[in-house]
Amino acid sequence: MSSDAQAIHHESFVLNVGPQHPATHGVLRIKLTMDGEYIVDAEPVIGYGHRMHEKMGENRSYAKFLPNTGRMDYVAALFNGHGYVGAVERLAGLVVPERAEYIRVITCELNRIASHLLWVGAFLVDLGGFTPLLYCFDDREHILDLIESVTGSRLTFCYFRFGGVCNDVDDNFIVGARDFVASMRSRMPMYDAFVSKNIIFRKRCEGIGILSADDCRKYGATGPVIRGSGVAYDVRKMEPYSVYSQLDFNVPVYTECDCMARYRVRIDEIVESLRIVEQALGKLPAGPVMADKVPRALKPPKGDCYFNVESARGSFGVRAFSDGSENAYRLKLRSPCFSNLSLFQECSRGMLLTDALALLGSLDLVIPDIDR
Amino acid sequence: MTEGMVMNLVRLLLYLVGMIGFAAFNAAYLTLLERKQASWMQLRRGPTEVGPWGLLQPVADGVKLMSKQLLLPRDVDVPLFLLGPIMVVVPPILCLVTIPFSETLVARNFNLGLLMIFAFGAISTFVLMLAGLASANKFSSIAAARIVAQNIAYEIPLLVIVLSLVMSTHSFNLHTIVDQQAGGFWHWNLLRLGTNPLMPVAFLIYFICLLAESNRAPFDMVEAESELVAGVFTEYSGMGFGLFFIAEYVNIVVGCCLATILFLGGWHCPFGLLPGLHWFLIKMYALCVMVVWVRWSFPRTQFYGLLNLSWKILIPLALANLLLTAVMLKLF
Repeated sequence: MSSDAQAIHHESFVLNVGPQHPATHGVLRIKLTMDGEYIVDAEPVIGYGHRMHEKMGENRSYAKFLPNTGRMDYVAALFNGHGYVGAVERLAGLVVPERAEYIRVITCELNRIASHLLWVGAFLVDLGGFTPLLYCFDDREHILDLIESVTGSRLTFCYFRFGGVCNDVDDNFIVGARDFVASMRSRMPMYDAFVSKNIIFRKRCEGIGILSADDCRKYGATGPVIRGSGVAYDVRKMEPYSVYSQLDFNVPVYTECDCMARYRVRIDEIVESLRIVEQALGKLPAGPVMADKVPRALKPPKGDCYFNVESARGSFGVRAFSDGSENAYRLKLRSPCFSNLSLFQECSRGMLLTDALALLGSLDLVIPDIDR
Repeated sequence: MTEGMVMNLVRLLLYLVGMIGFAAFNAAYLTLLERKQASWMQLRRGPTEVGPWGLLQPVADGVKLMSKQLLLPRDVDVPLFLLGPIMVVVPPILCLVTIPFSETLVARNFNLGLLMIFAFGAISTFVLMLAGLASANKFSSIAAARIVAQNIAYEIPLLVIVLSLVMSTHSFNLHTIVDQQAGGFWHWNLLRLGTNPLMPVAFLIYFICLLAESNRAPFDMVEAESELVAGVFTEYSGMGFGLFFIAEYVNIVVGCCLATILFLGGWHCPFGLLPGLHWFLIKMYALCVMVVWVRWSFPRTQFYGLLNLSWKILIPLALANLLLTAVMLKLF
């Protein structure tokens, strides 16, 4: 040990944030080496919620793995399903009816709004403000009611099937979704007035938790985290999947690189998602919601493919290898939260505990998505 | 023993019981107020199950806290750890001794009442620090270190403001200070712009310091839930934990009482009619509602943000206020 390191060693102490700590939203443990209130080193310790999803994908048939997808990133569960069915459809060469693709986009975007709303609430709780959470949950509840009416569940959705979706949407859903778009738009100024313009909130976010674009690229960060650092990377635009290429939407990008930029990206994304939902509802074609002749025991031909979707937290990718049998030979899941968390160790060095926890909150981590 | 002495003793005993009762009642029902008010702000209904409209909820909370085990973690400094909750609750109750609730209702009216309140107020935060250090928990220790800095930073502007007020009222006696504000709200110290045009600013500074001194959000560094788990209270359980909260609420009551006396005319009516205890209580509880309102509207400040606010804004403003008062007194 060098003398410098020794000097640090004597002055510092280890602070365990987690596995049970109010700021970590789950069983994430961060081993902080602290010098007073300054962070010398932060080592995320993950795996408390590891359930071997990848291995499970290999020892059961493709269809039987579907319910697992809703249990990784459970806050935005539809995206996991979308990524998985997308990969398997590509492997098996299935063509999805257009109506089903539109329904996927509508439900996914609603799920994105719900996820971002939950993040806004949880982030404010991290910063010590409890009230916005309840307002976010109020709006989120409307979305969950809508999605429940077509998927049958409220959190761990298992709605998408290989070749389509399992239930068609009815008129009630379409009317409800239109109403929600209108009501959510009318609520946005309220969030702006009470959260975005709140002086303490701004002081706690502006200039705090700087993540440079280079760091973000280095660690493979995606989603609102990299878009808050000025990189316009969005899978929906870069590699359009489903029917996103037929819809008109912007990718919000902010160049401040701080917590506020990530907050603004997510708030703008809610607005953009509302636009997408509105357009998709207008363009929703008639027709079947399942492809014809999808075999019950799906045996995709030999080969491998990668399919990624823009989840609420970034790029969720599935790489599936098929050896021609009923089970995948290998299933690799790329979770956005894992990459986003890996930024934390380097970027939190030298920060104050308070600010580091704001940074941690702004990454929007869902721990089961990291642990898988 | 003369009859006068007996009467005096009975009077003191009655006041002692009365004050403890008042403190306990307020501590219990301010928690309910806090929960109800938070629920109104948050589209919820708050406690509704225990008693009509949840009115017996504080009783249920008290029974629950008392029935919980008092845990003693292995490494704690036992005497200090156990003394902490007791010592933290006594000073704010003692502060009530010198508060004049109405023309006649005051336990002990003595000339240095104002000074005594600040002396006991300082003990309260000091005990919080000791409790944090005695807990032998890293989160508690960090919180304890924060308390010291926070206490120093906010005691200064608070005292400077009170000093400028004492300069314009020429008295440390709370009763005298209220008496000077008789007759209509334009006589209140808050609007006594003749002696000090910055009086409303002084009130604002006092209010901010009150939040910080009683460790209320947005300045709740002592607890700082999402950072320090529960700050200095982390290792406390059962009624030990409960006593800290009683102390917090009694501190708020004392702070609001003092604000009412110093700035809002005490028991005097805003329109010069029917002065009495009810006006004092109305003003005091209105301030308590404000304190709760602030808590549920704002996120927590950063610790350095808290210190910056005090050293860079509040202290210079308070000193300017003091200087201005001195100049005005000299001139007029």
